[in-house]
Amino acid sequence: MIRFEPRPPASVSRMLGVSLAAAVAALVLAAIPMLFAGLSVFQAYGLMVKGAFGSLFAFTEMLTRATPLILTGLAAAVAFRAKLWNIGAEGQLYAGALAAVAVGTGAIAAPTFILIPIVVVAGALAGGLLMLGPTLLKTRLGVDEVVTTLLLNFIVLLFVQMMLEGPMQDPMGMGWPQSEPILDEAALPKLLDRMRIHWGLVLALAASLGVYFLLKRTVWGFEIRAVGENAAAARHAGIPVTATFIRVGLLSGALAGLAGVGEVAGLKGYLTADLSPGFGYSGIVVAMLAGLSPIGVVFAALFIASIFVGADSMSRATGVSNYLADLIVAMALLCVLVSGLFLRFKVKFITAPSAKETGR
Amino acid sequence: MTDPTHAAETVLRLDGITKRFGELTANGDVSLDLKEGEILALLGENGAGKTTLMNILFGHYVADEGRVLIASRGTGLSELEAGSPHAALEAGIGMVHQHFTLAENLSALDNIVLGTENLTALTSARKPARQKLEELIARSGLTVPLDARISQLSVGEKQRVEILKALYRDARVLVLDEPTAVLTPQESDTLFATLKKLAADGLAIIFISHKLAEVIASSHRVAVLRGGRKVADLPTAECDLRKLAELMVGHEIVETVRSKGSPGAPLLVLDKVTAGSGRDALYDVDLTLMSGEILGIAGVSGNGQTMLARVISGLKTPASGTMTLAGNNETGANARKMIDEGLARIPEDRHHDGIVGAMSVSENLAIESIRKPQNQRFGLLRFSAMRETARRLINAYDIRCQGEDSQARLLSGGNIQKIVLARTLDPEPKVVLAAQPSRGLDVGATSDVHKRLLAARDRGAGVILISEDLDELMRLSDRIAVIHRGRLSAADPTESLDRGTLGLRMAGQSGEAA
Repeated sequence: MIRFEPRPPASVSRMLGVSLAAAVAALVLAAIPMLFAGLSVFQAYGLMVKGAFGSLFAFTEMLTRATPLILTGLAAAVAFRAKLWNIGAEGQLYAGALAAVAVGTGAIAAPTFILIPIVVVAGALAGGLLMLGPTLLKTRLGVDEVVTTLLLNFIVLLFVQMMLEGPMQDPMGMGWPQSEPILDEAALPKLLDRMRIHWGLVLALAASLGVYFLLKRTVWGFEIRAVGENAAAARHAGIPVTATFIRVGLLSGALAGLAGVGEVAGLKGYLTADLSPGFGYSGIVVAMLAGLSPIGVVFAALFIASIFVGADSMSRATGVSNYLADLIVAMALLCVLVSGLFLRFKVKFITAPSAKETGR
Repeated sequence: MTDPTHAAETVLRLDGITKRFGELTANGDVSLDLKEGEILALLGENGAGKTTLMNILFGHYVADEGRVLIASRGTGLSELEAGSPHAALEAGIGMVHQHFTLAENLSALDNIVLGTENLTALTSARKPARQKLEELIARSGLTVPLDARISQLSVGEKQRVEILKALYRDARVLVLDEPTAVLTPQESDTLFATLKKLAADGLAIIFISHKLAEVIASSHRVAVLRGGRKVADLPTAECDLRKLAELMVGHEIVETVRSKGSPGAPLLVLDKVTAGSGRDALYDVDLTLMSGEILGIAGVSGNGQTMLARVISGLKTPASGTMTLAGNNETGANARKMIDEGLARIPEDRHHDGIVGAMSVSENLAIESIRKPQNQRFGLLRFSAMRETARRLINAYDIRCQGEDSQARLLSGGNIQKIVLARTLDPEPKVVLAAQPSRGLDVGATSDVHKRLLAARDRGAGVILISEDLDELMRLSDRIAVIHRGRLSAADPTESLDRGTLGLRMAGQSGEAA
C-alpha cells in the first residue's frame, strides 16, 4: 500500500533539486527508446553534449535556440503565476513576428536606433493584444482561456499563411510563401561575427530580470501573486482582480510576441509559416521546469535548447530522428509534473498488515 | 438522563487509536466503548480530534496505531478492516456527516436506496425498499416525503434522509457529526427526541458536539476530547455545564461580559436591498447600524447571511435598494472603496477569503492597504515598512507565528483570524462587519475576537455581528435581528429577547405570537 502524507512547503533548494532530478529522470527514460533504436546511450548523449557545447559555434547555436524559449517560457510563467492559463504563446509569437515584419520591411523608413524599438514594440503589442481577447472573455464571460488561447494558435497560424500567400508575400520571392526581408536598419544586430547569435538574447535576459523584479518588488507583482494564489481572498481584500488578469494577459502575450520579433528580426530576416518549431508550446515546459520562477526560466530554457540542438547534431551523426528531442522534452514535462507530487507529499510504502498480525 | 443500558452488550470498541498528521497528533491513544441502546456524546473544541476519530471509525482515515472492534451479531467483538468505508457500512456503522452527502437531483427514496442495489440486476426492486422504509418511518418518527427531490427538502428533512439512509442499511451504530449545527433550536429538539426513541430500540448512537447544553440534555454518557486525547469519560448524570466546559477547555472559563453600549448616530443604512437569486438571496432588507453598538444578525446557516456580508463588503452589487455609509451613498461600491470608506470586513470563511496562504504574514497584513503610501512608492513595495508594521501588529494582536516572513498557511485558525483582525481593525474602522468571527476557533481565540469587537464598539465603531451561535449573539449584541429566507426582521434590544423567541424567528415564525 502507498500512503501520501502532506509536507510543509518546500525550500528553494529542494525545489531546485526536484527540477534537476526531473531533468535527469527524463534523460534516463529517453534512453529506453534510444536502446530500441540500436544506439549506444552514452555515445548518443555524448554526441548531444558535443552538439550543444562542443564548440563556440555549437554553444552560440544553443544560446540562439534558447532565446525564444526564454521569452515564451517567461510568457507562460508570468501568466501561470496568476493562474491565467495562456497556452497561446505560439500564436502570440507569430502575431509578434507578423507585426515586426509589417513595420520592419519598408513601411517605415527611419534610422536603426528608431526603427528597432518600433519593431520591438510593435511585436510586443501584437502579442499582447492577441492575448487580450481570451483574457477579456475569461473575466467578462467566464470562458475558459485554455480553450480560447489554444485554438487561437491555429487561427493565427492560418492568418499568417494567408498573409504570406497574399498581401505580404515577397514579390521577389519566386512565389515562395514568405514575407519581404526585414530592412537592415530594423534587424537586431548580431552579438558575434559569423555567428547567428543576436541581441534578442540580451532582450530575453533583460526581460527575465524585469519579470523577476516586477513579481518580487512591485505592487502589480504583489497583486499578480495574490490573485494567482487565492483570487477569492485577493478580491475580498480589494485587489482589482479583473485589472490584474488583463495586465498579466497583456504582459504574457507581449513576452511571447517578443520571441517572434527576435526570431524574425534577429535570426531569419523574413517571415515564413514555419518560423517556430513549437517554441510557444516548449515555453510551457520551460516554465514548468523552472517552477514558474523567472530566473529559473533562463536555465530551463538553456536545458531544453541544448536538448534540441544536441539532438539535431546527434541525429546528423547517427541517422536517428531528431524527434528524440521532442520525446525528451515531453518526458521532462511529465517528470516535472510527477515531481510536484513529491514536493507536496511524503510517499510512504507500507506493507499491508494482515488481520492476524494486528491482533496484538 | 440515567443510563438505561446496564447489562447491555458492547457493540463498538475503539482501542488505543492514535493518528498523526505530520507533527500534529490528532488522536493520541483514544479508547472508547459503546453499548447497545446508548447515546454517547463526543464533546470537544474544534480541533480536539472528534471528527478525525469518527473518520477513522468509518474508514476514511487509517489509524497509525490502535484498532476498531465491532460486534457482529451474536459472535462478540471482532476487528474491523481499517481504511475501508465499505467494511464499516457492512459492519453496521452509519455516519451522518456535517455536510450532507446527498444527490440533490434525486428523490429521497433514490438517495436512500442508492448503493444498496445490485448493479447487474435489470430491474430495481423499489417496492420492498419502500415498504421497509415506511416501516422504519412509522417506527422512528423520521417523517420524510420519500418521493420529493432532495433539493426541495429543508435542512432538517435532509438530515432525516441521512439518518434513514443509515437505518435502511441496518446500522447498529449511528454516528452524527455536529448534527445541530444547521438546525434551529426547535428542529434540534425534534432530532434528539427521535434519537432517544431510536436508542430505546437498541441503536447505539455517537453524536459529536461542542454545545454543552445539548450534550447534557440528550446523552447517556460523555467522552471529552482535548488536544486529541480523551480527558474524561463519564455518565452525563454526573456532569453539569461548568464541569463539562472546564473539561473541554482545560481551564476555568472567563466569559466576556458586555457593558451596555451607547449608540450614537446611524452609520450604515441599508434601504430595501435586494440581491442575488436562489437560496442565498436577499429581499427588501432594511438595516440601520448606529455608531457604538453591536448589531447581531441571527439565522440558520444559508438564509442569506453570506449575501448580506457580500453586499456590505462591496463584493456584490444589489439588484435594487441603496446602501449608505456615514451618509455617503455606497450602493455598488467595490471592495476597495468600502475599505477606504472605513469598513472592516471579517470574512466568514477566513481560509478562503481572509488570507493568501502562500504569502507571508507581513504580506497578508498589508494586502488591504497595499496601494496606500505606507506600503508603496511609485508602484514599488516598501518591504521594510511592511515588515515593521507586521512586527508591530504581531505583537499587538499576539499572532503566534515564526516571524513576519513565515507563510500564513502554516498558522492555526485562531492565528489566521488574528491576522484578519489586525489588518482590518488596526486602521480604526468606522464599521466592522464580522461574519461568523468565532466559527471554528477555540475558547481563547474566541474570547480574543469578542474583546476586539467590544473594544471597537466602545471606541465608537458600529459592529455588525453575523453568527449562527445564539449564545455569542446574546452575549455581545446590543440589538439582534433575525434573517430567514433572505428577509431580515427588525432589530430588537437583546434584553427583550430570549432563545425561544429567536428560535421561532429563525424558523420563520413571527416571535410576537409566542
